[in-house]
Amino acid sequence: MTEYILLLLATVLVNNFVLVKFLGLCPFMGVSGRVETAVGMSLATTFVLTLASFTSYLINNYILQPLDLTFLRTLSFILVIAVVVQFTEMLLHKTQPTLYRLLGIFLPLITTNCAVLGVALLNVNEQHNAIESIIYGFGAAIGFSLVLILFAAIRERLAAADIPKSFQGTAIAMVTAGLMSLAFMGFTGLIKLS
Amino acid sequence: MTLISALIVLGVLALIFGSILGYAAIKYKVDADPLVDQIDEILPQTQCGQCGYPGCKPYAQAIADGDDINKCPPGGDNTIHKIADLTGREYTPLAGTESDDVAEEVKKVAYIREDECIGCTKCIQACPVDAIVGASKAMHTVITDECTGCDLCVDPCPVDCIDMLPLAQTTQSWKWQLDAIPVKQVH
Repeated sequence: MTEYILLLLATVLVNNFVLVKFLGLCPFMGVSGRVETAVGMSLATTFVLTLASFTSYLINNYILQPLDLTFLRTLSFILVIAVVVQFTEMLLHKTQPTLYRLLGIFLPLITTNCAVLGVALLNVNEQHNAIESIIYGFGAAIGFSLVLILFAAIRERLAAADIPKSFQGTAIAMVTAGLMSLAFMGFTGLIKLS
Repeated sequence: MTLISALIVLGVLALIFGSILGYAAIKYKVDADPLVDQIDEILPQTQCGQCGYPGCKPYAQAIADGDDINKCPPGGDNTIHKIADLTGREYTPLAGTESDDVAEEVKKVAYIREDECIGCTKCIQACPVDAIVGASKAMHTVITDECTGCDLCVDPCPVDCIDMLPLAQTTQSWKWQLDAIPVKQVH
């Protein structure tokens, strides 16, 4: 049990996907303009990441490895991710039309969010079992959500701040992201996985 | 052998995922046309009926079905531009103002002749944009900046003390006629 909690914490804080591994930067910059959209995006990504992580584990372990087809890994993982994203999009369009419109193009773009494929491939690399895969995917999603919402909150403050002209817009956002990344580097060494 | 099993595996996977998505597409089908809601959101929601439809939602439906986009005087130029962007149609000036001569129709606002007003509050109830202030048995007046000129308040007034007066042009309300001369795109 302890190792699962440690794995979760390690994925959320120490090996944060956005700020330490630098995966999934596109939505990190793209939908962090407002906190509400950031929360919506976080929920959608959490759903997709966890589900995709588990499904790709199943496919890798029960279909590709027994049949010796591991060279199909990337291809089939992308297939899984695309299907999960498409499913999420339909679900959201039906249940949350406002959120669906707010997220716009970034919702289908979860497909190309490299954090999703990254989690699936890292699961294979680190030889996680089923539960570990779910926790790893979920942890990656929580880390992504945490950073995205924090960043969105900072950017909402920045919108009202008196910023020098040459730093306005994306420039100050990049600087902020860099500083946040530095702060997250401080978690290194908090947890040591054997 | 590997080649064939790879093909079969991918084919079966694609088949399974395809059927899942197909099922979800039927189960989570969105009934209403989202375009109507989007147009309705752009319209000013004054429900004034100057477009010839009973309200903003019916007009939004009519636009989605192909009616002209330039029939909303309270929304003005801004609204037409937004609807043109949304529907991908050509921008056309507000209906009734596209005449070529300089003396085009000016924007009108309601004006209450205050010494005749009996303070019945009927016009306040009629105003869709809350541009009329006043209380029962006290004189009412119109906030000129808020008034959209929909003249819904004229009819309910029992003493006919509301006039629609043209709004004087000031430096604040002046609009540049930048496209007075048609510009041709040369490729």
